[in-house]
Parts: sequence; C-alpha cells; structure tokens
Amino acid sequence: MPAPTELTGPPEPVPGDPEVTLELARAHQLSDEEYERILALLDGRTPTFTELGVYSVMWSEHASYKNSILQLKTLPRSGGRLLVAAGEENAGLVDIGDGWAVAFKIESHNHPSAVEPYQGAATGVGGILRDVFTMGARPIALLDSLRFGSPSDRRVRYLFDGVVRGIADYGNCVGVPTVGGELYFEDAYRGNPLVNAMAVGIVHHDRVLRATAEGAGNSVIYIGSRTGRDGIHGATFASEELSEESTSRRSNVQVGDPFTEKLLLEATLALAETDALVGIQDMGAAGLTCSSCEMAGRGGAGILLDLDRVPLREPGMTPYEIMLSESQERMLVVAKRGREHEVFEIVRRWDLQAVEVGSITDDGRMRATSGGKLVIDIPVESLVLGGGAPHYEREAEAPEPVTFSARTGEPEDFSAATLALLASANIASRRHVFQQYDHMVRANTRVGPGRGDAAVVRVPGTRKALALATDCNARLLRIDPREGARQAVAEACRNVACAGATPLGITNCLNFGNPYKPAVYWTFREAVAGMGEACRALAAPVTGGNVSFYNENPGGAVYPTPVIGAVGLTEDVERTTGMGFVREGEAVFLLGPSETGWAGSEWQALQGDEPAGALVPIDLELEAVLQRFLIRSVNSGWVSAAHDLSEGGLVVAIAEMALASPGRRIGAMIELEEVTALALFGEGPSRVAVTVPVAEMDAFEQAAEAEGVPAQWLGTTGGDGIGFRTVFSVSMHELARAFDTGLGRALGLIESAAVS
Amino acid sequence: MNWGVVVFPGSNCDDDAHDALARIFGQPVRMIWHRETSLGDLDAILLPGGFSYGDYLRGGAIARFSPVMEDVVRFARDGGVVIGICNGFQILTEAGLLPGALLRNRSLRFICRDQPVRVERHDTRFTNACDPGRVLHIPIAHNEGAYYLPGDQLARLEDRGAVVLRYCAPDGTVSGEHNPNGSVNNIAGIVNEAGNVLGMMPHPERCCDAAIGHTDGRLIFESVISSFVAA
Amino acid sequence: MRIIVEVMPKEGILDPQGKAVQQALHQLGYGEVREVRVGRRIELEVDAGDPAEAVRSAEQMADTLLANENIERYQVHAVEETV
Repeated sequence: MPAPTELTGPPEPVPGDPEVTLELARAHQLSDEEYERILALLDGRTPTFTELGVYSVMWSEHASYKNSILQLKTLPRSGGRLLVAAGEENAGLVDIGDGWAVAFKIESHNHPSAVEPYQGAATGVGGILRDVFTMGARPIALLDSLRFGSPSDRRVRYLFDGVVRGIADYGNCVGVPTVGGELYFEDAYRGNPLVNAMAVGIVHHDRVLRATAEGAGNSVIYIGSRTGRDGIHGATFASEELSEESTSRRSNVQVGDPFTEKLLLEATLALAETDALVGIQDMGAAGLTCSSCEMAGRGGAGILLDLDRVPLREPGMTPYEIMLSESQERMLVVAKRGREHEVFEIVRRWDLQAVEVGSITDDGRMRATSGGKLVIDIPVESLVLGGGAPHYEREAEAPEPVTFSARTGEPEDFSAATLALLASANIASRRHVFQQYDHMVRANTRVGPGRGDAAVVRVPGTRKALALATDCNARLLRIDPREGARQAVAEACRNVACAGATPLGITNCLNFGNPYKPAVYWTFREAVAGMGEACRALAAPVTGGNVSFYNENPGGAVYPTPVIGAVGLTEDVERTTGMGFVREGEAVFLLGPSETGWAGSEWQALQGDEPAGALVPIDLELEAVLQRFLIRSVNSGWVSAAHDLSEGGLVVAIAEMALASPGRRIGAMIELEEVTALALFGEGPSRVAVTVPVAEMDAFEQAAEAEGVPAQWLGTTGGDGIGFRTVFSVSMHELARAFDTGLGRALGLIESAAVS
Repeated sequence: MNWGVVVFPGSNCDDDAHDALARIFGQPVRMIWHRETSLGDLDAILLPGGFSYGDYLRGGAIARFSPVMEDVVRFARDGGVVIGICNGFQILTEAGLLPGALLRNRSLRFICRDQPVRVERHDTRFTNACDPGRVLHIPIAHNEGAYYLPGDQLARLEDRGAVVLRYCAPDGTVSGEHNPNGSVNNIAGIVNEAGNVLGMMPHPERCCDAAIGHTDGRLIFESVISSFVAA
Repeated sequence: MRIIVEVMPKEGILDPQGKAVQQALHQLGYGEVREVRVGRRIELEVDAGDPAEAVRSAEQMADTLLANENIERYQVHAVEETV
C-alpha cells in the first residue's frame, strides 16, 4: 500500500468512467444546489465519478436523514437507561442491570422486497442482525412487522409467500428465534409492501463494540464475503450505455447468505472478547462508503483505502462499483496497529476472509486509491450527518381532512360479527406464518408468537426477561397522524406492560411516502410530533431506528406507518404473563376507559369503508398510570393473563384469550350490563382485559381505585366458548374454526369449501 | 459422565444442548470443534441441531466430512453413546451411522411447533425413564425432517424395534393426520442396531427448563444419565 | 416429449450454495475446483408434436414460474423420447 504521504494532487478520473456533469449528478438524485455545494466543498474541483457516487449515497436519505433529521431531533433520544444517544452507534443500547445491556433496532427493507420478496426480506433480516451484533451483542430475538395489499390479489400472495419464506430461511439458519411481529393487509400497500425487521441482542457493558475509527496508523480490515455488483445504485444504469450483456450481468438484487452471516456473527463476538478492535461497522447500504465514512466521521479521523485489496467476486469492477456495492455479509473493522494478527486468527477460524484494506489517518480525509492512483479525496466532515451533509425542512401542507364517510353500519348479528372479525385477515391466527419461523431456538422463549401481546425472552444466564412487541395501527394515522402516532407508541408499550415488563425505550421504523409532497411531509411531521409526546409521557425514549420514504403506490402514498418496536424489562422471567386464560373461575376485568368508536376500526374496514371518523383520543397521563399499575399487578401475582383491546374491540380480545388458553378449554361468561355493538366491537385506546384469581380480587380492586385506574368487572372465566349474558354466545369450536382458517382462506391456501 | 457437544460451522443448537446438560443436569460438557481429530475421553457425544454449512447441499451432507467425524464414527462403532438431534440426526444418516435419509417436509415449508411424540420403546438407554406409550411434547423445528427408508429396509427397521419415537396426536394416536412432515410410519426417532446411537428430529434440549415451559425433554437426558449410573 | 429446463444463478449473482460446496470440495482435497455454481434441472413430460413449439412454451413457463429473471437464467431443450 502506498504511504499516505506519497499521494499528492487531486484524484484522477478512472479510464472508462463517464464524465461528471450536472446531468450525471441529477441522475444520482442530487439536486442542483447539492451539486454546487459539492463543487464548493472540493474547492471548485469537479468530483471524480467515484466521488460523485460517494456523495450521492452519503447524502441520500438513508445515510444523511436529510429530509427527516430536523423532525427526528424533536424526539426524546437520551435519558432513562440509555447508554448511547440515538444514532450514535449501529443500534440503540440500554442498560438492563447487573452489567448487561440490550441492543436493538428496527429497519425497513421495503423496496428490495417489492422487487424480489424472498431475497429482499432475507437480506433485511441479515442487515438488522449485523447492526446488533456489530455492537458486540449476541442476537436473542427477531420480530417482523409486515404489511401487504389485499390478500386476494395474486401479486400480493406471491410477495407475502416470498417475504415469509425469506425471513424464515434466513433467521432459522442463523439460529436467532423470530418471536413476534405483526401482519396487516390493506389496499394501501398493494404495490409497496412494508417489510420491517427488528433485532434484539444482549451484551455485557465491557464488551460493547463501537462504530468508530480513530488513531492514525491503525489498520482497516475487511471481513466476510467478497464484493460483487450487488445492489449498486440505479444511477449507474442511467449513466452508461446499456448492452444486453451488462443488463444481464448487473443486477440490483442482493442475495443473502445466512450461513456466512452465522460465521460472521460468531467471529464478531469472538473479536469482542479481545481488545484488539477500535471499531466495527456493517457494510450494508452503500457498503464500503457508508461504513468507512461514518466510522471516520464519528472518530474525527481520516481514512485511506486501497481498493485493489478489496476481495472481489467478479473481475473488472471499477472503484465506483467497489465503493457502492451492497454485497451482503461484510464488515469493516478498525484494529489496533500491531494486533491485526489476532483479528486474522479469529476470523479465519470461522472460515472467513480477512484482508487489510487501508489505514486510519489524522488528516480528516476520506481517500482511496486504485492502481496506485488516488481516486477519492474528500473531507470526511463534508459527507456525514451532523457535518456537511445537507438537511432540509420540506414544505408541509395539511391534506384535505379525511371526510366522514357514510356512517358505518353497526353489527346486528353479534355472533356473526364475532366470527367475521376473528376470521378477518388482519385478526385471524398467524400460525401459518410463525410456524415457519423457528421461534424457540436458543431455548429462552417463554412467551412465543400467538401467546401474548408481547413476546417474552429470557436474558441468557440470568433470571431477567425482555418483553418485545412491534405495533402500529396505520388506519388511525390515516385519519389523524398525530393522534395515531401517540396511540402507536402507547400500544407498543402497553403490549410490553401486559407481559409485566417495564418499557425501556422504543425503536421506530418510519414508513412514509415521498417527502417532497407537502401533504406527505406534513403527515410525517405530525406523526413524529405525536410520537414524541407519547414517548415523553411514557418515559420511553427513542433509541434509534430508520426512516423509509418514497413508499408510493400508483394511487398514492402508503398509509403513514411509523412502526414502533418496544423493549421492556422484567427481573423475573417466571413472573410474566401471556394472554391466554389460565384457570376457570377467575374474574375478568377491563382496565381503562370504556369509551370506544368506529373510526379506523376493523369492523369499519370489514364493511369495505375507508378509515374515517373521529378517533377516541388517548389520555397519555392515564395511559402511563395504567401501564404502571398493570406491570405491578402482573409482578405481584394479581393478574394471571392480560390482553390489550385492539382491532376488533372487546369481543375479539376475550375470544383470543379463550383461544390461547391451555388446550383451548377455558372460555368466559361476560356479564356486561349494556351489550351494545359499540361496547362489544368498537375500538378505543388504553384498554386492557385481565384475569384475576378470586383470592386477589380485593387487593387488585383497591389498588386500582387508589391509583385512579378504571377497573370494571366483566365476568368469569370458564365454559366452552364465550357468552355475553343471555344476549349471545359462540362456542369454542366456532371461534377456533374462524380464527384458525381465516388467514388461509383469505390467502387462498385453504378452499372455503374444505372448512365449511 | 463426560459429554461432548460437536460444533460444526452453522450449528445453532450447540449452546442450548450445553446449557441443558451443564446447567439443568450438572453434567461436565466439552464443546468439540469440528476440526478436532480426537474426541478425547468422553462417555457420550451429542451432535446438535442447526444448519451445518448452511445445509446448502443437503442437510448434514458436508458436515459429515468434518475431521472430527472420523473419530465420532469410531466412537460409535466402539459402542459409545451418540445422540444426533435434528441436523445432528441428518449428519448421522449421511455418515452411515443410522439408516435412511431426511427429506424435505411434505408441506415444503419449515415447521416449528410443540409436537407430541409417542415413546415406542422404553427399554433403550435413551428412553428408560419413560413409561411405555408415554406421549412427550417436544418442539420440532426443521425444513428437512421427513424420514425416509425404502420399503424392505423400513420393514426390517420396524422388525428390529429400532423406532423409538413416533409423531402422534396429544392422546397418543399415531395416524397420517398427526404426521407433521410426511415421515414414513410417523417416525420421529430411531436407534441403531447396537442401541448406542440415537437420531431424533424433535429437540429435547429445548424443553428441559421449567422457567421457560414444560420439561418433557428431560426424560431423554435422564434416561441416558441413569443408564450410565446403572452401568 | 421431454423438455429439459436448466436454471442457473446468473453470473455475478452470489451463489451461497455453490460457495459452500466449493469450500467443502477444497477441504476434501479437490483444490483444482475454481468455482462451483449450483442450479436445478427441471424435466417436463409434455404432450406436443413440434419440439420448437414445446420449447417456446417451456420458455414461457420458465419466464413466469420456473426461473426468477432477477437472479437466474435458464436454458431449455427438448429430448426425443427413447423407447
């Protein structure tokens, strides 16, 4: 490698590269102003093609958050038990006591999944796992939040099947249990599915790895799979003559290799046991560019790469392609000078490649050579978020408010409505999906998918457990983004509280349309504001996450969908609850307000109506009190089962608790005085159904009253089905048939005739 | 007794097996790297579940050529106790220590769930802690779990009573309806002729700890441990 | 008539299966193996008179179902039945 001092003069264009012009910059999604700014940052010099590529990806939304950062900064992003502020590292990091910390993050892979669902989803899982284990954390759980168009659509069925298989094959092979998530079908996602994956890992405080580069002379080491032309920015295609051959050779599709990921995971955790590393970062989106620039940016250092040393999968790759490749299962490591051999030894034990590709410098510049010549020479500061990367407040304009559609008719036949709701594709059993995921590997899953509002996973080697949930009812945001976002945060935290765990913080994946549309930007701003209000009220800071813009269908943007991933902690894994009724003869209570409405409800959707109407607003103070009370009630043994009332309202919640009982043998008789359609099927925030052993009833009711939590006695568990006084009842058999076959029928996996 | 758990690249139930043996049963356990050529002084070897070498060619096909497997084969031929769970079962069939093969699930989908299995033989060193006909609930999690053996060999396997576990209904009924993956004769686990090598698709190591759930898996390990105490 | 459809990962597309098999062959001492690509072969028994027609039809099948044009290429040829 040339010594840093031997390189002088401006970088040279690579033979064969296109001439850099404003046109080419535009093709790289850079605005005219941004191109002007690049020229100024380079003291008037025209960037090389490779440099233009580097700027385009570093100033993309993904790396720079240029259209979102001003809003994101309004969120509570520190405090509580947070060990790093949001955005500082690859994933959020929160203390869980006794020297342990939890690392977690959620990220989208929407667009790759729309093109190639299997690989798109698989590589989404791979990427989020790497974000967690580059922190030195061993992943202990995965969750997936999925949204598709109507399940009767053929293309949607293809996308759904591919996404589920992709998640399954990747997570199962790596050996991280997929313990939860969500699945929704709405026309608004028809051409643009949302595939958001969340990973959670555990790390001891003194083993945390950082995503930083510092210390001139330290070595930059490349680890993992070789670099191919995967996922290179579409701009490349626009900027060259396409031939038959180049079209067939150059694919945007990244292929996941979970076996290599598993090796990379073990090697990385072994590296964390040494103190030979300065920093490490995944080469994910915009691979080598993002990892090298972001690490150098955080450490205030410079970096010099020799691109000739990067292991390649294909011959003839240009510096541009090498810097922008998104090949999977690769890491960039900064090792202390003189300790490289320790890194090589560990990595090679796991049959992986490790190559020294550069060194850290003290000149604050991102430089790269190819064939001994300089091809990139850019001030690092000018590239990164918080430095020279641009950020914008976009034009915002409130869209026409959602008009009141013809008022949704109320259910008349309550039994039929119950079964229709349970069989709805958005409510029916997810067994078809989660049975394809290994949700038990690592033998720490206490509450798995379908058993509770949150998954409960023990922290290995301790009695502690984490409760994990993802949530977002996007219909509510469609009606009112601020109120809907408040409720999304509250519901995610409430789900964690239902397990008896105290929310530690949230991660968010903000899926929105094109931010250059004023209505979309307004919606985004409102949603972030609502999210911040709820996070503050519930003392659940945002630990990090991801923004995904440009989720558009031909008919318009997807519903505003800020998916919230909540993580809660409980000190005793055995003092946690699921949602299934546990014993006969226990009291059923409704905690929280009784107010409900039809706006954005599942019943409304089932009638074929767009989400419309006025939402029942959430009282965030009451929500906080309710969650604290719920956690205390679970931990003190007052509550044996808890279930949030969400889609489908009270009846669906009671039915789901019966269906999750052991052997499906425990139903319930509900003695509600007013058996009205609105009370049974309407939806509203801050409502939880719980069961209380008879011996604990007095203590429970007194405590609820003392703390100001509305607690209404509903009835008693027992019987073969659910009944509402003499008004109506449904047998367990009927409930089970609707619930178990609903998804399969909606997707055409089961013939309707076969189940009737 | 001294246990060894073999770690192949891509094994992912190795820690679970170690945890069950060491923490739940207090057994000395050594993790054996696939490149080791000698097992050393061990009483029993466990080949864990996972996706050795990604299972990219066939489940277990590449792992069976790992350096350590030569000594595993020798150990088994000398009468040493070997348990292969899930991917470990696949490796044992590829290595010729157990007959047959494990094909893709009939549904062509990965399947993970709690699965009732009926204990067909309670007189083996792997099941002696179970009552005859006992139904155990043990998780399955596999893509290639459909046990297959050609007809005449299958008859011989059945004749010599090599089938230890069969998939069944919660009440113990064995029928095609309660076959999760298309295994011939609902076979979930078999032993070799000498009775010292067990292969099973269900994961007993996942259900040993009451803090997580039920503990039917303990019976398999308790059987092996008590067989050593008795001997 | 028998139609053979051979589906292979496109050049440049990562082939994890091929990579794993290649490494295993190296460990078994077959150092001469420079690259391994793993694909699949699909055999169709079709009722058709004209081989060219049958191949065209099979190509359509490959386009819509048997291969994924994003990551795979395919070749189709007809084999006369040998009775």
